Formats: sequence, structure tokens, C-alpha cells
Amino acid sequence: MEKGRLRMGVDINENILSSDQDTLLNAAASDIRNKGFIIASADKLFNWARSGSLWPMSFGLACCAVEMMHAAASRYDMDRYGMLFRPSPRQADVMIVAGTLTNKMAPALRRVYDQMAEPRWVVSMGSCANGGGYYHYSYSVVRGCDRIVPVDVYVPGCPPTAEALIYGLLQLQKKIRRTATIAR
Amino acid sequence: MNNSTNKENDQFLSTIKSTIGKDIIETNVFFNDFQIIVPSKKIFDVLTKLHINSYFAFDQLIDITAIDYPEKPKRFEVVYLLLSTITNQRLTVKIYVSEGELVQSCVSIFKSANWSEREIWDMFGIFFSGHPDLRRLLTDYGFEGHPLRKDFPLTGRVQVKYDTDQNKVIYEPVNLVQEYRDFDFLSPWERPNNKEMNDTGDKN
Repeated sequence: MEKGRLRMGVDINENILSSDQDTLLNAAASDIRNKGFIIASADKLFNWARSGSLWPMSFGLACCAVEMMHAAASRYDMDRYGMLFRPSPRQADVMIVAGTLTNKMAPALRRVYDQMAEPRWVVSMGSCANGGGYYHYSYSVVRGCDRIVPVDVYVPGCPPTAEALIYGLLQLQKKIRRTATIAR
Repeated sequence: MNNSTNKENDQFLSTIKSTIGKDIIETNVFFNDFQIIVPSKKIFDVLTKLHINSYFAFDQLIDITAIDYPEKPKRFEVVYLLLSTITNQRLTVKIYVSEGELVQSCVSIFKSANWSEREIWDMFGIFFSGHPDLRRLLTDYGFEGHPLRKDFPLTGRVQVKYDTDQNKVIYEPVNLVQEYRDFDFLSPWERPNNKEMNDTGDKN
């Protein structure tokens, strides 16, 4: 291909990818021919599936929920990572605690978390959910949602921007891909 | 208040005085708005008169709020904010209430008083007699104390956490990991230095 042409880099990448894939497929095919079976790591497959379709539950508590909506809407579009908001905890994999968690809400949050099926993850979004934030000394606010549910990723900010939330979710994907166990 | 002159103001005040009569303790003009102080026992009668009387026609109760002055013999001030959508006139009605005193509920006059009175019961512990459903409005179920009283500790008395043995959210006494920080700013903008504002708050 002529140097400096527009799609040059892309073509090279595609070539590398397809040659890698060919090697892999050839190896797998020869395994099946010789032994009758192939060996692959199941946890990698599970982690690929889990991190590729993280369905968050829409659990907005305060202004952070608005940034969460921005992350979900067309500009940042969480859909492209396979993240679709679910209205029911039974269908969700990850709970984004977006906002101030009050004492009155705490039992409800825990109940919703308990209703989520395993494997499940929690993203604590914003100062209030991380440690009480502005309301740390208040008589009615939980000083961090990790007192109620186990948290995987903390996203700082007041409120965090949509980019920050998406970065947090990508970190969560990374964390899931690092996991070597099938059951949590 | 639109297009009002001193003459109209005087007429309004004198009509209030003649309608409510000897029950008025004090009248003020506060930032161009009228404010009257009446005995706490008479609040229901006064609000009824202001509501029914076609000259005032105060058809909306915007809000009821309260203030706690622990050093005063009657520690609470309850403030009724009225609006007439017919004459575009606002009026503030204040009463002084001591701790444990009953205030007559005005839900039968203004329906919006229902939740306002519940909030004041919740936050200050002022009891409204004749209220149809005087429960706490904002605080946690089983909450003890009234948070907007000045003697209520800022961080409260209990905090919640999830107990892994009992598998439920439990209450425990407040334990602050980080001490409360007091930012003692010496700033000229810290308090309003307005004569009018200082005058009204300190009288009883």
C-alpha cells in the first residue's frame, strides 16, 4: 500500500489480527483432528462475557444520578460497552450508588443489593457515596456506602463527570477481567 | 408588593389592626413585607379571619417554618407565610411558643399546612393539636429527637451499618473517625450587618 494513504494503518492492523486469528484457528483445528478435543480457559470466556455486558441498575439518589444519565445518554453512550440500565435488581450485574445515602435509605439499598444475582458489583459514585462527602457530619447520612454494601470501584468527584464514571466502569471491567475464579 | 405607596401600606396595616383587633402583639414592615405577631392561642382565629375576609383574601399558605431561640422563655417562633393570589399581597404571621405548648393546627383552613406542620413536629417537636395525621415527615423511621433544635448534636446520636452476623442494617452510637473541624473564619461578610434584620430577631 502506498505510504501516507489514509487507511494504511488500519490495513496493517487488520492484517496482523487476521494472521493471529488464522494461527489460533489452525491450532484449534489441528487439536480437534489429532486429539478430538481442545482446551481453553473458561474463566477468560466468562470474564469476557461478564465485562462485556455489565448491566447497571438505575439507582440514582441525588445529583450524581444526573451525571449517570449523561453517561448513559447519546454523547457518552454506555450502550457501546454493553451497559444497559435495568429497572430491576434481578436483571442487574452492577449497582451504581449515585448520590447521598441517608440512614432512612440504607436498609432499602441493602435490600436491593441482596436482590441482585451473583456475580454482582458495586460502583460508589461521588463524594457522598464514598464517605459522606459534604454531609459527613450530618445526623442523617451514612458516612460512606461501604458501611452498607461491599464496594468494588470508588469514583471521586462532586459530582463526578460522565467521563469519570465511564472511566470507573472501565476500571471495573479491568477488575473483572483480572478475576481468575468463576464463582465470586 | 407591586406599585404600593406608603398610603396603601398604612391602610393595609390599619385594616389588619381593625380586623384582628386587640390580638395583635406587634406589627412590622420587614423588607417591604408586612409581618404581624399574635398570641399563640389565637393563631387559628387570626388565620381564619385573614383567609375569609374578602379585603385580605389570603388564599394560600406558602409555608410554615419555625426558629429555635433556646435562651428565650418561649423558645420557639412559628412563622406562617401567607399569600393572596387575588390582591398579590404577602403577609408573615408569627407566634411565640414555649416548649411543650400545644398549637392549634390550621389544616382545616389551609390543606397545605398538613405536611408543613408534620415537618415542624419532626424538626422542632412543636405539637399541633387537631392535626389529622401528625407523624414524622423527613427523618428516619424510629428517629429520636428533633434535629433543628439548637441543643440537638449536629452528628446526631446514632449511625447505621450493615451487620454481617445478623444480616441486616443496624444502629449503633455515633463514632466519628475524623474529628469535626471548626473553620473559625474572621470575615466581615460572616453575618448580615443590616439594622432591620437585627432589630426583628431579638425582640420577644
